[in-house]
Amino acid sequence: MVWDWIPRNTALIWGALQVHVVLALIPVVAGLVLAVPLGWLASRNGAVRAVFIPAASVLYTIPSLAVFIVLPAILGTQILDPLNVVVALTIYTVALLVRSVADALAAVPALVVAAATAMGYKPGRRFVSVELPLAVPVLIAGLRVAAVSNISLVSVGALIGVGGLGQLFTEGYQRDFPTEIIVGIVLIVLLALVVDGLLVLAGRFITPWARVAA
Amino acid sequence: MSLLFSYLFDAAHWSGPTGIPARIGEHLFYSVLALALGAVVAVPLGALIGHTRRGGFLVVGIANGMRALPELGLLTLLVLLMGIDLLPVTIALAVLAVPPLLAGTYSGVRNVDQGAVDAARGMGMREWQILFKVEIPNALPLILGGLRASALQVIATAAVAAYVSFGGLGRFLIDGLKSLDYSQMAAGAILVALLALAVEGLLALVQRAVVSPGLRGGGRRSPTAEITTPDSSPDSTDTTTATPEPAGATP
Amino acid sequence: MDGGIDVIEFRSVTKRFADGTVAVDGLDLVVESGKITVFVGPSGCGKTTSLRMINRMIEPTEGTITVDGRDVMAGHPADLRRGIGYVIQQAGLFPHKTIRDNIATVPLLLGWSKPKARARAEELMQTVGLGPEMAGRYPAQLSGGQQQRVGVARALAADPPVLLMDEPFSAVDPVVRESLQDELLRLQGELGKTIVFVTHDIDEAVKLGDKVAVFRTGGHLAQYAEPAELLARPADDFVDGFVGRDRGYRTLGFLSDEVPLGTITPVHVGESATGGWTLVVDEEDKPLGWVTGAGPVAEADVLPGGTLHPVASGSLRSALDAALSSPSGQGVAVDDEGRLAGSISADAVLAALAAAREAA
Ligand SMILES: Nc1ncnc2c1ncn2[C@@H]1O[C@H](COP(=O)(O)OP(=O)(O)OP(=O)(O)O)[C@@H](O)[C@H]1O
Ligand SMILES: [Mg+2]
Repeated sequence: MVWDWIPRNTALIWGALQVHVVLALIPVVAGLVLAVPLGWLASRNGAVRAVFIPAASVLYTIPSLAVFIVLPAILGTQILDPLNVVVALTIYTVALLVRSVADALAAVPALVVAAATAMGYKPGRRFVSVELPLAVPVLIAGLRVAAVSNISLVSVGALIGVGGLGQLFTEGYQRDFPTEIIVGIVLIVLLALVVDGLLVLAGRFITPWARVAA
Repeated sequence: MSLLFSYLFDAAHWSGPTGIPARIGEHLFYSVLALALGAVVAVPLGALIGHTRRGGFLVVGIANGMRALPELGLLTLLVLLMGIDLLPVTIALAVLAVPPLLAGTYSGVRNVDQGAVDAARGMGMREWQILFKVEIPNALPLILGGLRASALQVIATAAVAAYVSFGGLGRFLIDGLKSLDYSQMAAGAILVALLALAVEGLLALVQRAVVSPGLRGGGRRSPTAEITTPDSSPDSTDTTTATPEPAGATP
Repeated sequence: MDGGIDVIEFRSVTKRFADGTVAVDGLDLVVESGKITVFVGPSGCGKTTSLRMINRMIEPTEGTITVDGRDVMAGHPADLRRGIGYVIQQAGLFPHKTIRDNIATVPLLLGWSKPKARARAEELMQTVGLGPEMAGRYPAQLSGGQQQRVGVARALAADPPVLLMDEPFSAVDPVVRESLQDELLRLQGELGKTIVFVTHDIDEAVKLGDKVAVFRTGGHLAQYAEPAELLARPADDFVDGFVGRDRGYRTLGFLSDEVPLGTITPVHVGESATGGWTLVVDEEDKPLGWVTGAGPVAEADVLPGGTLHPVASGSLRSALDAALSSPSGQGVAVDDEGRLAGSISADAVLAALAAAREAA
């Protein structure tokens, strides 16, 4: 461990960290926005579910680097464009969350839905004010997995020259300099822990009823 | 489309030590080594913690912590420290195999009907007999579920080995990237995905063959029961085993 | 069976759990061999704890427990348990094993050969009333009552002299429970095991028990007596309250019947009744029911009768019930074959009761 490498390179590290956070978290937000309506469809319609869920599982078998590489052909982007990474991770996030959302909505007790309908909720309003809030705990669990894996996956982008903490790995490897790699690993793990903790807190905050039950 | 498949369908790429079959063989070899190492660590640990019902927090901690480790960083670091050798590659990949196997074994053993365990003890089984004759056979569906998730993860990720000068299907991705040979990269991507699916299908068949028919139909553990306790408790590991993760962790 | 020797003995046994809960407090109790002893009491009074100390699933904090003269704390608990049958509430069957293999568990643990253990399992299935076609099924394919039968068969498999049963029938519906209880009594008639049976249902306790131990909250023994004694002379207000308000009526169940039968003239279907209530019987003289009014009797006119009082095996309770449940006010007594034996009036039952009281 060459400790003084760290203070001498704070600018480099800080820059990589910022890029990393952006590349990892935009897909989480975008994935969530897309997954809720898709998951709702899948929970309502057996045929949709029968297509989405297996398709989502198949998506996971494709290595992320492969997706990073194949996407330019489809999107017409440059191979080194960070957008490839963002789009690829968004696809993974959607695939993961669609299943969570569908399962969570399916788990909302039918009685509760029936009661809400009987009270005069229209389907759209009922979804937003009754079903979705009850599905939040499962959604948060899915988001935690998505966020943690995205944070670790972004580093792979370094292999196709995209920035982020992964650059510390490729650079450190090429220069035979373990310190740089260790700094990258530690920062990624810390980042994952922080984001995971924030999601847990957010979950507690927006589901006060679950706290009472626990 | 022709760009996607031209490398794959060129007969010249299907023979020799750098041909597709050889690369598939290498890829499977690294994956099996990593899975075996991961299982040797995760299964006994998960079974022990599940049987004693002590230290469930450890399972969550270990599984989540290992999930956060970036594979590329781990691999490059281990290779720098240990040299270009099969061992660092195996260890780096085994790290991916541990979380699903550990969580699956732990929740499988822990969730075995306590009445059956109590009856087994009351009939005079020793603790190891309870573990091997009652708990593990009943936990088998979840243990094998963990194995399938691990296998998917490891196979999809074993492509990183190519970055540190090893073989396997990752070679097509890394070499293709260097020479900007697009159809070679596509061949690598397609082959990894197909290989992962094939192994997944094979393990599903194995699961059918070895799990007792008395455990099919999964009455006891409904998916809703698993997902309604998503966080904080040790049970949260259930949620993560139930949900596949982006396996394409690296190249 | 070595009848008369005290098989299970609790000597000043106390169990204090790690959290300070005293579940059993200074218990002294002798469970007699070859009998059914029932532990009964309100929830949390220490019945299960007492039972599980016998096979050392729980270890006593103070005092000693001996089974057939040997301290349960001596030796390996697994060896002790292999000689004691154990049946629990939800049966605790192994979901991954067939019914046959579930029952063969203990014989296999004891080192029997597989064919021998399986043959024994199939024999026991018959004993507990399970058809041979169930041998290859898995527990999930059985009803709750059938699972409970498997649980009993599994406990009996190695022919242990002692059987521990913790609320074995409480998870099944009342009709099934009743038939399982009858079955247990029949089995016990053949096998003569030393059975300790835990329940919180006083009716189940007095029906099954040769002796009943009533526990009070805090792990104290409130009364230990034969069921008739318990109902007739509760030791204190707690036992009185626990055995329930209609214990006087239940006591009748333990008084054998010496009620004089009245005569009754029945008719067959097609014959003519003479008015008032008339009993109708079939060709074999088995009671069909009652008709009221005069004229020819058609099958459709027959009203269902009350309970029947079996002369040979009945008690004052069944005699009184026959009288009270009959639409005509006259109870019907039958012989072993179910043929009409005579009539019973409530007054005659009460007179017999008075006589029995005087004799006691
Ligand atoms: N492992 C334990 N640790 C602490 N306290 C316990 C433990 N097991 C039982 N207890 C307590 O000991 C007391 C007696 O429990 P036990 O299970 O013997 O009751 P029981 O008579 O069988 O009741 P039930 O009819 O509800 O089954 C209860 O207060 C119970 O809460
Ligand atoms: Mg109990």
